Amino acid sequence: MGMTITEKIMARAAGEGKVLPGELIDAKLDVVLFIDVTGPAAVSMLEARGIDKVFDREKIVVTPDHFQPAKDIKSAELHKRLDVWARRHNIKYYYKLGRAGVCHALLPEQGHIRPGEVIIGPDSHTCTYGAFAAFSTGVGSTDLAAAIATGKLWFRVPESIKFVLNGKLGPGVYSKDVILTVIGRIGVDGALYKAMEFVGPALSDMSMEARMTMTNMAIEAGAKNGIIGFDKVTKKYLDEHLKDKKDYKVFDSDKDAEYVRVEEFNCSKIEPMVALPHLPSNAVPVTECAGKKMDQAYIGSCTNGRIEDLRIAAKILEGKEVTIRTIIVPATPTIWKQAKDEGLFDIFYDAGCVISAPTCGACLGGFMGVLAEGEKCVSTTNRNFVGRMGHPKSEVYLASPATAAASAVNGEITDPRNYL
Amino acid sequence: MTKAHVYKRDHINTDEIIPARYLNTDSEAELAEHCLEDLDKNFVKKVKSGDVIVAGEDFGCGSSREHAIWAIRGAGVQTVIAKTFARIFYRNAINNGFYVIESPDALEKIKDGDKVEIDYKAGLIKNETAGIDIKFNPLPDFALEIINDGGLLEHITKGTTD
Repeated sequence: MGMTITEKIMARAAGEGKVLPGELIDAKLDVVLFIDVTGPAAVSMLEARGIDKVFDREKIVVTPDHFQPAKDIKSAELHKRLDVWARRHNIKYYYKLGRAGVCHALLPEQGHIRPGEVIIGPDSHTCTYGAFAAFSTGVGSTDLAAAIATGKLWFRVPESIKFVLNGKLGPGVYSKDVILTVIGRIGVDGALYKAMEFVGPALSDMSMEARMTMTNMAIEAGAKNGIIGFDKVTKKYLDEHLKDKKDYKVFDSDKDAEYVRVEEFNCSKIEPMVALPHLPSNAVPVTECAGKKMDQAYIGSCTNGRIEDLRIAAKILEGKEVTIRTIIVPATPTIWKQAKDEGLFDIFYDAGCVISAPTCGACLGGFMGVLAEGEKCVSTTNRNFVGRMGHPKSEVYLASPATAAASAVNGEITDPRNYL
Repeated sequence: MTKAHVYKRDHINTDEIIPARYLNTDSEAELAEHCLEDLDKNFVKKVKSGDVIVAGEDFGCGSSREHAIWAIRGAGVQTVIAKTFARIFYRNAINNGFYVIESPDALEKIKDGDKVEIDYKAGLIKNETAGIDIKFNPLPDFALEIINDGGLLEHITKGTTD
């Protein structure tokens, strides 16, 4: 019996020739992410136990993102703790304000993600990096503390589910619509504890940005990781982005690898999708909820705050005016500058949008666009749980940047294909 | 007396357990004041030290915030009994030395306000109000080892994983 790509990467990290699903391993970590809301707690835990070391100052990547720039005194204190610690340990890759960005957009962009490696981060959407044929997963602060000190963590090797994406996406349909369709079919715990492996011809047309939107939301189906194999699109992105360490090892699933389930999708038939409140799995075609009045549109986050997303939104907003509050959040400073240089800011300004600094911000109800009681927001983010973006009685409708932009113009959920 | 607080809900998520608007602190005492706030405003007022939470499937789904465990533990909750747990929440619980119980039957066999006693070693929840015993599978050995050591950091500083 062969092995899946996830099993092969975990075996490498465990120093074993072979691992089986269900097996417990001690994995060596290649990259450890550190952010503002969950990182400082890990430092406090270590300090309380008299531990003040890092396993490798060149393998930890630090960026404040959730509440940056600091939204209030308490988050400023978190940033201060992060800063003091990162400086004390002379962390090589510490992205301070001005270079800091939404972590899952920042790390690939700055060349920290390589195929075949194991990456952990104290944020559930750390699964994003699986788009690069790597194993990555979200952990809590205690795991982060152990990872910082030892460079290792225990894992149970997950079973894999294969998602075969056949066909070709139609106009106005994006990878966000595909992943909402997948989660809509299998449910928010449809891949609980499992690896979601995406394969199929529809992927070859997708950019790395589009692929990251898919693996980013693997956690919304309860998965441990999402993963996509290596191809020429991956290689091109890596050639353009890797900096200090440029070597990596590519793993592929064997033909006779074992999957607990195979789910097939005809992507040619997928329509623009909207996940209705209050679960990401409440996905329906936009045609079924078009006309629903909105109070705000939010275009950003680790799911859809990359340059390609902003270009898609700008294409629809060009020459039009929004009729509801519309917030554009470029995910990193580089994306911010790219959008400015390409003239997208002019389009957003002319349309009546506000452009924010890079931050996770209102995606998790932090700041920069929090909702009042009863308000509805069409959002390119990843979760629409009760109270996710603000008041417990507000509502979040998850959609692609195209659907969010089209809805911003009309003030109601709108099929983006009307604006193609 | 250990009282059960029963929520007949699946997918009780981390945004409901501890909303992100309170993530600007990692103080367990502060977080505890807002435990389950968006699900049940009165929870913090009615919960007593040693009580348990009973819920459906996929408890703790969503964010990786360990604040969810700290808020629940800080509120005095002894354990959470659910049909299934979301992966990161479950892992965070073990890493914090906080024993959580997976039971397919508890939600049907325990009513809100029932008095329960838990025998972790025997894998038994005794519903004293209803006079019934509910069996559960104790945590696997590796998880018990971490819990018995008091959490992952105590476990690794003991040097037992090397």
